[in-house]
Amino acid sequence: MIQALVFYLFAAVAVASGVMVISARNPVHAVLFLILTFFNAAGLFLLCGAEFLAMVLVVVYVGAVAVLFLFVVMLLDINYLKLREGFLQYLPTGALIGLVLLAELLLVFGSWKFAPDAPLSVGTHVPDPAVVTNTDAIGRLLYTEYFYLFQIAGLVLLVAMIGTILLTLRSRTGVRKQKISSQVTRTKADSVEIRKVPSGGGI
Amino acid sequence: MLEIGLAHYLTVGAILFTLGVFGIFLNRRNVITILMSIELMLLAVNINFVAFSYFLNDLVGQIFAMFVLTVAAAETAIGLAIIVVFFRNRGTIAVQDINQMKG
Repeated sequence: MIQALVFYLFAAVAVASGVMVISARNPVHAVLFLILTFFNAAGLFLLCGAEFLAMVLVVVYVGAVAVLFLFVVMLLDINYLKLREGFLQYLPTGALIGLVLLAELLLVFGSWKFAPDAPLSVGTHVPDPAVVTNTDAIGRLLYTEYFYLFQIAGLVLLVAMIGTILLTLRSRTGVRKQKISSQVTRTKADSVEIRKVPSGGGI
Repeated sequence: MLEIGLAHYLTVGAILFTLGVFGIFLNRRNVITILMSIELMLLAVNINFVAFSYFLNDLVGQIFAMFVLTVAAAETAIGLAIIVVFFRNRGTIAVQDINQMKG
């Protein structure tokens, strides 16, 4: 009973804020609604017993990805209202394609059921949460059977990091930077010059 | 109605996915909103993975959702970096101006 009510609350808020993400006039509002969508999806994950994924969703998406979006939206000096010109031009086509897609997906779900032997083919059962916690179970599976996949995921993140730094790094000309090495290697010979100044003659 | 089954979760996922597709059509000029729509679609996929994991009692779905999360984070970082570089070079991010590669 309570579970159903909580499910409907999370689902309704997630869908409503999803609508606001794509229709908000101000992109900052769109990012904030995206954060709300992620929070409610994390709630849905909690209802499914995927506690670790729910927390990862909050940390990674809300803490990193959404803040990155916010950062870029505020960093770029763009007239977003100008970008919205012709907003209604694509509305009929988009609505048509969206409705067809949604109807097809819902038709599939309406007449769909598990194959009778599907539960038998399950490789790794979710352990009883009272015995093994969700995080523990995921760790035991991730670091054994899916270890290579896990490493490759790390490589993907490394390549993304290097690519991002490489793309956005630029060396500007005309910037005075402190070069510590040249300061340290400076010697008395090339910085101080002693001259004999004849009295009354000037330099 | 009060018994939450797999179909409920799949419906939420389907609606969010459709919203993502719809968002790409609706905001055809704004690359940042298009990226946000892609995030919505990936989130819908994740909801499907976790729902199947719960109702089939299979832990692998959650592992896979984590990999989807990884790829989504990498994609967002690269995409936003490209947007920043493009804005620095051209002073705009309107999609219809990005046609230098057109033959």
